[in-house]
Order: sequence, then structure tokens, then C-alpha cells
Amino acid sequence: MIKDITIGQFFPGDSVLHKADPRFKIIALIIFLTMTLAAESTVAFLAVLFLTLALAALSKINPKVLFKSVRPLFFILIFTAVINLFFVKGETPLFKWSFIAIYKEGVINAVVMAFRLVCLVLGTSVLLSYTTSPLDMTDALERLLSPLKYLKAPVHEFSMMMTIALRFIPTLVEETDKIISAQKARGVSFDTGGLIKRVKALIPILIPLFYSAIRRAYELAEAMECRLYRGGEGRTRMKVLNVKAGDFIMIGVMLLACAGVFYLNNFELNI
Amino acid sequence: MTKSQNSVITLENVTVKYGAGTPFERVALDGVNISFPKNKITGIIGHTGSGKSTLATLLNGLLKPTAGVIRLEGEDIHRDKEFTNKIRFQVGLVFQYPEYQLFEETLERDIGFGPRNMGLSDDEIARRVEKAAEFTGLDAYTLKSSPFEISGGQKRRAAIAGVIAMEPSVLVLDEPAAGLDPMGKEEILGGLCDYKKKTLSTLLLISHNMEDIAKYADYILVLKEGKVFKFGSVAEIFSEADDLFNSSLDVPQITKLFIELKKRNVIDRTDIYTVGYGARAILAKLGESGL
Repeated sequence: MIKDITIGQFFPGDSVLHKADPRFKIIALIIFLTMTLAAESTVAFLAVLFLTLALAALSKINPKVLFKSVRPLFFILIFTAVINLFFVKGETPLFKWSFIAIYKEGVINAVVMAFRLVCLVLGTSVLLSYTTSPLDMTDALERLLSPLKYLKAPVHEFSMMMTIALRFIPTLVEETDKIISAQKARGVSFDTGGLIKRVKALIPILIPLFYSAIRRAYELAEAMECRLYRGGEGRTRMKVLNVKAGDFIMIGVMLLACAGVFYLNNFELNI
Repeated sequence: MTKSQNSVITLENVTVKYGAGTPFERVALDGVNISFPKNKITGIIGHTGSGKSTLATLLNGLLKPTAGVIRLEGEDIHRDKEFTNKIRFQVGLVFQYPEYQLFEETLERDIGFGPRNMGLSDDEIARRVEKAAEFTGLDAYTLKSSPFEISGGQKRRAAIAGVIAMEPSVLVLDEPAAGLDPMGKEEILGGLCDYKKKTLSTLLLISHNMEDIAKYADYILVLKEGKVFKFGSVAEIFSEADDLFNSSLDVPQITKLFIELKKRNVIDRTDIYTVGYGARAILAKLGESGL
């Protein structure tokens, strides 16, 4: 069933990363992504790899789950690796056979490329997706973007929209399942017939779904207004995000690491 | 199990497992053997999670059992894909709160959706739509309306009409009267009984409302934790009230009254499940005591 989609894939826990302020985690992630992409020399890159693994360990998330997050990348990884292996020309050839030549630089490049992608995905998952509940994320985004309010940007509305959307995804998915079952019971077939027929078969699904979604939206709006919702003006929170010393330390460490990576870019490893 | 009864649908050792092989494996139905009597109304009752909805989706071939055979008039409904696809026109399934399945421009077109999927001629479709509208009490004006402009009760009727229009020989309904006021309830359930009588079909009614079951059903199937707990006539099942209470189920209020009356040695009857019958029993008792 479609029900098995877990949006955001948040895994509750009590690690250091789980408890960190989500706003700072977003900032830390930006710094992390910057340094991962900026690492050029092998030494610098090894540092990034080390940091990624350290973060993964800190999150206390089951390694099997972490592996699952990387698995969808396999195809791209192999593809990238192969391209780099065969098409990067360098100085030290390792293997030659008629027109196929593999250079040492190619091998290193392939490995670095592959692992860079892994670090990007793993780092994002561990720092943000897996350790932050969707609601905390939208909350953090709203707070971080709130200065834009002075430019008349609808920050609160945007954040509220995201929160409501996230909350309703499971509901709408369940409803879609129900509608599909009901229409199947009336003889709709989704896996036979030409392209046009199959597209037409979606109408009995989409129309009730849209109607239902809009109806829910109206009902929700009425319910919110009945409880005196009037937009973001002067609105307070039940769970207030409080900055802790640990959050500043995390940013400090990240900045140091980033600076370190730029510094290490000047060094090369001679294999 | 009354095997001697003429059966229209039988389930032989049917098991349904969700998520088989994963750590989330859940057995919804466990080796059930059921025989639904033809041309009768069978009520299906059971606590939440007992397997009622799973059973409903098995009956029209929508869900394939993990093990076991389901037969319609003796034929294995999963014998080949083409046959299974035709089954849903012979076993009509109406889900709970079916209003959400309406989507066409007019009720007329929506009710005709099922027959259109059956590939029938325009004349035949029109005839069926008219008949179905009649059974569910929808007038010609409403038929021309959009499904999004009518009341909830009318939507309910339209949804049921949409399934009746396929003229199935077996009609399975999951809580058809849920959320309706008493009059709406009686109209829907009465209309369904009417349909069954006039078309000589079979009705399977899933419900939590014991009064409704008592009033309309001939037989009752009680499911408990994915297994068949009881099957018998309405009188038989409701007379074993204690078993039902222990299965998180209930009995009609009038039955509960007579259980109390029996406890106090006032009237010794255990087969009362409708108010009319109960009134007669009380009057009879009063007559005996010369009142």
C-alpha cells in the first residue's frame, strides 16, 4: 500500500543531535554542505569523511537505517565512478589495454566523487532529516526566515502552509487508498488498456481526492478561525525554541571544521 | 455451520496476512471457513480489528488471500485474472462512508459508471440507472444534479445506487447506515431489503448496530480476532448474549432488558431481540397474571 511512505523519515531519539536546536542544525547543515563541496585535496576530503562518520555516530541512529538512506544512490555512485575511472586522464597510468586507460588520478577521483555524494546524503540525513521532527523543521525555518517579514515576505503563512501540508500527507494518502479501492470495486482498471485509457482511469481518483482535500481545507480553516487564529501577528508558541550553550558549540565546531577543510586543501596526500 | 443451506459464497481455510515475512506481519484472518447462505441477509459483526473489513475486500476479489480458496457459486474466484476482474460486478461492495467515491458531472453519469465499466449498451445502462435510482429513492431532478451539490444523505444513496446499478447477485455493505439519522437509516436499510427481495440477491451487512442487525438480518456471522466465532440464525446468536459480551460486542437493548427480567425471574425468555416481539412477550406475561 502507498501507506508505507514515511515523509521526512524522522526517527525519535535522545542523542545530542536530536536535542540540538533545529535552527542551528539548519545553519550547521549549510556549513557542512559548503565544506563537503569545497574539499579538494585528498587530505581535506578525508577530514570531511571523518566528520561525517562522527556525526553519524553522534546521532545514535541504527547503522542499517543509515545504509538504507544511501542505498538509492548506488546507481549514481557506480555511474559516476565508472565515468571517472575511464575518462579522467592523469599522469600515472595504472592499466592500459588498447584505447582503454585507467589512471591513478581517475581512481582517486572516482573514489572521492563517490564518497562525497555519500557524505552529502548521509550528513543531511543525520544532521537534519532523521533527527528533526517535521514540525520542528518548519518551526525552525519560520524563525530563521522571520527577518524577511520586514520585507513583507509571508514567512508565517509559508511556514503554516508547510506544517499543514506535512500533517495532511498521511491523511490524504489513506484517502487515496480508499478511493482507489472503491473505484476498483466499480470496475475501474488501472493496469490494462492503452495510455489514454489509463490516464482516463485516473479521473475517478483525482476528482474525489481534490474535492476531499479542498473540503478538508475549508473545514480546517473554519476550525482554526473558531479558535481565534488570525495569522502570525502576535502569535506565541507552546513549545518555545530555547538556545542552549551546546548549540553555539556545535556551530563553533562546524565553523572550525570548515576553516580546517579550507586550510587542508593546501596539502596533498602522496599515495 | 449450516452446510445444508444453499451457499452462494464460501471461504475455505482462508488466511490473510499483511506484511508477511516482515517484522510487521499481521494475521487479519486465520484459516476461516464460512458459507454465506443464498438469498438471505447475513449480518457480520465483530470487534474492531476482528477482520470484518478484510473479509469484505476478499469477497469481491479486490484482496487475494494469502492462503485458501474463495468460491462464488462453486467457482474459485481467483482461477484466472479475467475471471477475478469480472467478480466485482457480481459481488458488489459498498465501503463505509461511500460518498467520497462520487465524481461524475451528474448523479446519472456517476450511477452509470459501474455499468459503463461493464461495457453495456447505452440503453441497458439507462435502464439500470433508473432502476437503481428507484431502489434508493432518488428522483429524476436529483439525478441531473452534480454529486457535489446534494446533501450527505443523497450522496449516500447515490453511492449505493452506483453499486446496485451493476446488478450484483451478492451485495456486501460495510456500515451502510453509518452517520445517518433514524429516518435516513430506515430508508437505506429498507431500500436494500427491498432490492434483495425483488432481485432475489444475497445481502451481507457489516454493522455495529445490533438493533439494525436484529431487525433486518436472517443470519449472523460473528468474527473474533480473525477467526469465526459463531454463525447461526439471529435468534440463536443473540440468545448466547454472554459470549457476545465477552467478545467486546453487544446485543440489542431489548435483549438486555429480557436478560435482566430473566435474572429477576420475571419472564423466562432468551429469544427476544426486537421491540415488537418483546412487547408481545410482556403483554402475554401480564395476561397470564390476570392484569
